[in-house]
Amino acid sequence: MKAYLSDRMGAALLMAPLLLFLGAAYAWPFFGVVNWSFTLPEPGLGQYGTLLSDPLVQSVFVRTLRIAAIVTIVSVAAAYAITVVWVRGTPAQRVIAEFCILVPFWISVLTRAFGWVALLSNRGLFNTWLQAIGFISEPLTLVRNEFGVIVGMTHFLIPFAVFPLASSMHSLDDRVLLAARGLGSSRMRTFWSVFVPMTRSGIIGSALIVFVFSLGFFVTPAILGGGRSVMVAELIYLRIFQSPDWGLGAAISVVLVLFVGALMALLFRYVRPKQLI
Amino acid sequence: MQQPGRAAEIKAIGIGKSFGSFRALDDLTLDIGRGEFLTLLGPSGSGKTTFLMILAGFVQPTDGRLYSDGVDITERPAEQRAAGMVFQGYALFPHMSVEANIAFPLKVRKKSAAEIKRRVSEMIERVGLKGHEKKLPSQLSGGQQQRVALARALVFEPGVLLLDEPFSALDKGLRGQMQAEMKRLHQETGTTFVFVTHDQSEALALSSRVAIFNHGKLLQVGAPDEVYDRPANRFVAEFLGEINMLPLKGVRNADNGATGLCEDRTITLRGNASAVGSNAILAIRPEYMSIAPEATAGENGIAATAVASTYLGAATRLDLTTRQGAKVTVSVPNEVAASALSKGNSVWLTWPAEKGFLLPDGGQ
Repeated sequence: MKAYLSDRMGAALLMAPLLLFLGAAYAWPFFGVVNWSFTLPEPGLGQYGTLLSDPLVQSVFVRTLRIAAIVTIVSVAAAYAITVVWVRGTPAQRVIAEFCILVPFWISVLTRAFGWVALLSNRGLFNTWLQAIGFISEPLTLVRNEFGVIVGMTHFLIPFAVFPLASSMHSLDDRVLLAARGLGSSRMRTFWSVFVPMTRSGIIGSALIVFVFSLGFFVTPAILGGGRSVMVAELIYLRIFQSPDWGLGAAISVVLVLFVGALMALLFRYVRPKQLI
Repeated sequence: MQQPGRAAEIKAIGIGKSFGSFRALDDLTLDIGRGEFLTLLGPSGSGKTTFLMILAGFVQPTDGRLYSDGVDITERPAEQRAAGMVFQGYALFPHMSVEANIAFPLKVRKKSAAEIKRRVSEMIERVGLKGHEKKLPSQLSGGQQQRVALARALVFEPGVLLLDEPFSALDKGLRGQMQAEMKRLHQETGTTFVFVTHDQSEALALSSRVAIFNHGKLLQVGAPDEVYDRPANRFVAEFLGEINMLPLKGVRNADNGATGLCEDRTITLRGNASAVGSNAILAIRPEYMSIAPEATAGENGIAATAVASTYLGAATRLDLTTRQGAKVTVSVPNEVAASALSKGNSVWLTWPAEKGFLLPDGGQ
């Protein structure tokens, strides 16, 4: 069986259905989109010129990068804490952590976005509670703005950030931590100067995954941003389905794909693919 | 680098450790002298590593107290004990250079930058790692990693250095070299060394005293020649090297030793051998036995037949059977073995009276 699989022809045949599917469903349409970006409404680089000069497009790109950066920092930090408990906690703590990591995967992204709306809106649970205990008199604006988008995206992406971290923490030799303590290092110091640096590849992998996901996020920003905090994916949607300005939408898509591609290349340079699982 | 006076003196009183229903260590009482090189020797699962981990503070004993220089340190956490530790597999910090690894314990102790620099470079020189300062552990050979581990554990001048099977990953030649190096470091630093191994020859070669463990119990502590020549029981006798055992009857104390009957011959034992019952086991190391063509009056000896020989290079190992069927092994010069086998195979086994010792009959 092993010899069978390692045979080049056999491997190619087994992978063929997936490659054909990816080619037909992604690569082929993508070349169509690339084509639009250079031909609509007239042939040339006009849409890329607009992309560089249009302040609206630029502000959306800047906002997307800002949100993605904040979401990445918060998600990776939160995921790090959960993963430490998951990998190194007591058996009971591990079960609880595992539950918190896996349950979000079973709830659709749409349901979760609306769940946050229910929690954060002006007459949502948070605001009514805070008003009931007299902490605030006027409701806080927690949704239909960037804050809501960041909360929703962070919540969605934390579980994805956990896995690269978990694999780097699993492969860490416990004796190195014991050695640090034996040499006189406090638990805090051991954590910051030994544990964290030794999980560096996990942190990089985790941050890149979250960042790349954030750049293309559509559902969560569309619902929690309420049209006021538009990110790149939503802008593409608006250009294609509402303006309609297919050429510009296509050009933005191409730039986004190239950017994400470059980040993925960086990811695989720093982290071996198997560390991400 | 260090005054011998700074070495720690450790006292363990009634130390025990249970993991669930498993008794890993039982009622261990042991004094470790200032500046001594003590080896904890035993098979795996004998409790020697558990005791080392208790000394380091990584494992809390379930019973007993531990004192360092008269101060009770039983509950003191590992990071507050001044013990250097070298782990099996070295446990170097993989993300730090050789220099940074060695500087770590000094940085933790908030020493000045100048002092750290001086002491680290001194230590690097001492363990022969000059020129490797900026390398990462993964760029070093096993022997070099071992040196980094030793330097890192000694640089803060700990009162005691704990070593957990540090040479188990090295090949034989390098092992010998590192053993010599460790002996030198022990003399130079004057620190108390506690060394764990399951290799008896390593234990005998390195230590000033050997503590032998089995099934969680400390069986005997003593200087290498003491435990080798006068083992307290059969386990220690067998664990430290090959040994011949012959049944001895009618044992009684005599002048400065004991006498008894072995295969109808009167055998005398001298030195601190004393009768523990009328039946006992007479034990003699193979290298103390020799072969003679016939009996000499007044000398210990029994008749035996040579059955097989194994050429070992420097000597030949000869397997013999006595008249009553006991199996005996001796190590003899090559030409003696050849003539023993050719002369109708029947020979006379002799040994000096002070080289035999008594073990309780059938017991451990």
